[in-house]
Amino acid sequence: MTLLLLIEQGLNGLQLGVMLFLMAAGLTLVFGIMDMINLAHGSFYMVGAYLTATFAPVFDSFALAVLAALPLAALVGMAVEVVALRTLYRREHLDQVLATFGLILFFNELVRIVWGPQPIFLQPPSWLAGTVEIIPGVPYPAFRLAIIAVGLAVAVFLYLLITRTRTGMLIRAGASNREMLGALGVDVKRLYTLVFGLGAALAALAGAMAGPVLAVQVGMGESVLILTFVVIVIGGLGSVRGALVGALLVGMVDTLARALLPTVLRTMMPPSQADGMGASLASMTIYILMAAVLAWKPRGLFPAHA
Amino acid sequence: MLETRDLYKHFGGLVATDHVSLSIREGELHAVIGPNGAGKTTLIAQLAGELRPDGGAILFDGKDVTRTPVQRRAASGLARSFQITSVFPSFSALANVALAVQAHAGHSFRFWRRAAHDAALTGPARDALELVGLGSRAEVPAELLSHGEQRQLEIAMALATRPRMLLLDEPMAGMGPAEGASMVDLLRKLKGRYTILLIEHDMDAVFALADWITVLVHGAVIATGTPEEIRYDAEVRRAYLGEETV
Amino acid sequence: MRDHGRETLAVLIGLAFLLALPFLAEAAGKGFYVTLFTRILIFGLAAVSLDLILGYGGMVSFGHAAFVGVGAYAVGILSWHVFDGSPLMTWPVTLEGTENAFVVWPLAMLMGGLFALVIGAISLRTTGISFIMITLAFAQMLFYLAIGLRKYGGEDGIALYNKSQLVPPIDLFDRTTFYYVCLGLLVAFLAVCRRLTRSRFGMAVQGARINERRMKALGFSPYRYKLTAFVISGAGAGLSGALLANAAEFVGPAYMSWQRSGELIVMVVLGGMGTLFGPVAGAAAFLLLEEWLADLTEHWQIILGPILLFVVVFARRGLWGWVAGQGREDR
Ligand SMILES: Nc1ncnc2c1ncn2[C@@H]1O[C@H](COP(=O)(O)OP(=O)(O)OP(=O)(O)O)[C@@H](O)[C@H]1O
Ligand SMILES: [Mg+2]
Repeated sequence: MTLLLLIEQGLNGLQLGVMLFLMAAGLTLVFGIMDMINLAHGSFYMVGAYLTATFAPVFDSFALAVLAALPLAALVGMAVEVVALRTLYRREHLDQVLATFGLILFFNELVRIVWGPQPIFLQPPSWLAGTVEIIPGVPYPAFRLAIIAVGLAVAVFLYLLITRTRTGMLIRAGASNREMLGALGVDVKRLYTLVFGLGAALAALAGAMAGPVLAVQVGMGESVLILTFVVIVIGGLGSVRGALVGALLVGMVDTLARALLPTVLRTMMPPSQADGMGASLASMTIYILMAAVLAWKPRGLFPAHA
Repeated sequence: MLETRDLYKHFGGLVATDHVSLSIREGELHAVIGPNGAGKTTLIAQLAGELRPDGGAILFDGKDVTRTPVQRRAASGLARSFQITSVFPSFSALANVALAVQAHAGHSFRFWRRAAHDAALTGPARDALELVGLGSRAEVPAELLSHGEQRQLEIAMALATRPRMLLLDEPMAGMGPAEGASMVDLLRKLKGRYTILLIEHDMDAVFALADWITVLVHGAVIATGTPEEIRYDAEVRRAYLGEETV
Repeated sequence: MRDHGRETLAVLIGLAFLLALPFLAEAAGKGFYVTLFTRILIFGLAAVSLDLILGYGGMVSFGHAAFVGVGAYAVGILSWHVFDGSPLMTWPVTLEGTENAFVVWPLAMLMGGLFALVIGAISLRTTGISFIMITLAFAQMLFYLAIGLRKYGGEDGIALYNKSQLVPPIDLFDRTTFYYVCLGLLVAFLAVCRRLTRSRFGMAVQGARINERRMKALGFSPYRYKLTAFVISGAGAGLSGALLANAAEFVGPAYMSWQRSGELIVMVVLGGMGTLFGPVAGAAAFLLLEEWLADLTEHWQIILGPILLFVVVFARRGLWGWVAGQGREDR
């Protein structure tokens, strides 16, 4: 029984982990290359979810809806970069915080106007609606498995993109040494816009896939954004590898703590008290993890800038 | 007073400090010269504690300070000035120096009394400004001082921490001839009162002031000696002074 | 350059206006403004405390609302125990709930400072973007923690049945009285901060903002001064939280939300960083703007968002620079 629970929760943790990785990958590159903090990254997640929810009934296909939503979200991302954020790269972080805070308010309200304040529920595609027996006797939702698969595929894709292509080489160069890019005569502006678009598309993908698991609603981007920050702080600013490790770590620790802490505490105290305290403690674990990592390595596990 | 043993530091493939062993006696003015990129600033940064050497040891007053953080080294009497002026631009010259006095005056957990009206800070600060020749410019914000005056301010701040030893990184960098001459005068005044490690490109100044000269090329010491010895050292002439006179 | 005369004049006019406000409002039959301006004073207090670290110390803390919330919960929880009749704790000593302002308000400050000490000690090991993200993350942790306080209403928070008690004739249920108490505390806090920022301690904190490398070379250990400023700032926020709990007669997790932290930063920047008085003006401008926009349309945030962008790009000096002809104090 406990072993089965552990496997199931482990998979849930993995699923949360890959979602966080999709969010963190783009964001950490923006941090690393442009030395820019973008609070509005969560808005791309939200936009991805809403666009998918809108297209799904139109195309009568979840997959097609996602495919349509991603380029649109990338466009939104690039538009935001060109219109608002480009002027902020050389500004203080505080300016970036304020400006992107303004963007969040704007996007949240815009979505509320267009789609209304009620949460939207998104159905997973019918062929993924059931469960799969991962090992005999352990059914697990197929859609969640699909999320894990997609997330891992994206990780591989990013790995190839960054290690095998010229663009990837430039991204790496930019993340570890910003000045060098300009010196290489690279069209830095275009590279930035591209990275931004890529990040937005990845966030939108995370949002689209979260749609059927959570509710699609205004503000959904921010709670995941803060988790993503924890991931990036743990992994080290600007490092995609750090983002992957951090995301899996946070996903696992958070999920397992939520599943196991109340059970563990029940052995020590009355159930009602144990559940309450377990939930509180569980919600704190990843922050404690973050604090521990910082105490050990103030710049995260894989800092990109030497 | 200050000693390095086999100090070694590299940036990637570039060896910036190549097994440097120096010994600076109390009261001495020891100059380090060398072409651009020789590793002079890197050496000072390690002595001051901003950079961790990759090997070797630094001894200050006989104590190993290789792993002591910057602020502790500074508090124990090792003051530095920066090659690229590093002051508090929006503070007045006086406030800049007063802050340096404050650094020496023990902890700053004093919450009530206004620092600008605290004679224990402003008194010594004015003295230091007077000494470097900025007495009449005390109220001017540092960012409005001329380049030469900012260089003087750098020195005043270093002096105000009441150091026992000064690490001066090209105090005359970018100064005109007149300003340079007054800086030489100032250094002459300081000589003997403080132990000084001086980095300087101006050879006339170096040969006029130094008791002892070390020549650094590509991170390594190629010669060490009195000004006379260095002036006639063949290798130095070839490696360094020769270029300089071309 | 500085224009002290003009700044003093601006402060005096502002103070005279705030002193007269309840009379003006009641005379105009708009008592509602007393309540609104009470909120402005309280958020002004929080913003001033944030200015200590943000404006003077250069620490972009995106979690300041957490300390406001901690202060509010200190008041809320103790008040809840008075109503419930149960002790707060029985071990190692028995502590009963209380509504005595002379106990609860200092306690709110103490708790704000204590939380700031722990969070600051960890966060200040980093700088730049990491610091922003970490303070935001820890604030979010406290937010979830508050939601997890099921005994104290969880997500719904605590409705207070009573306000804090000062000495007998003073009744905080009277909105004018409460307004003046808040005004008095704000003025006192401003006076304290003014001394702080100009003291040796204040110079060390500002020096660390302007040129941390130089500070170390001079022999300062910036970390401890920054941390101390962070703690003082947290205590100030805690006090504003205590007042906020009394103003709203309610305490809830929303006090600690990341939006609140963002709004506090906006107030400081809008008013003028490193000016102390500016953030009060910023709080007033922000809350009045919010009030006005919300009257205009239900979707007021869609206007507020771009306004913030605009302020960042074009109006860096802040209101105080414009009103008093003076930006940062060290300018
Ligand atoms: N942080 C760093 N990372 C990589 N290389 C560095 C770094 N700092 C210095 N260097 C390199 O180390 C070498 C020595 O630099 P350093 O600044 O110590 O020279 P210097 O003797 O002070 O020169 P100058 O006379 O121009 O001031 C140079 O080639 C420089 O490019
Ligand atoms: Mg140099």
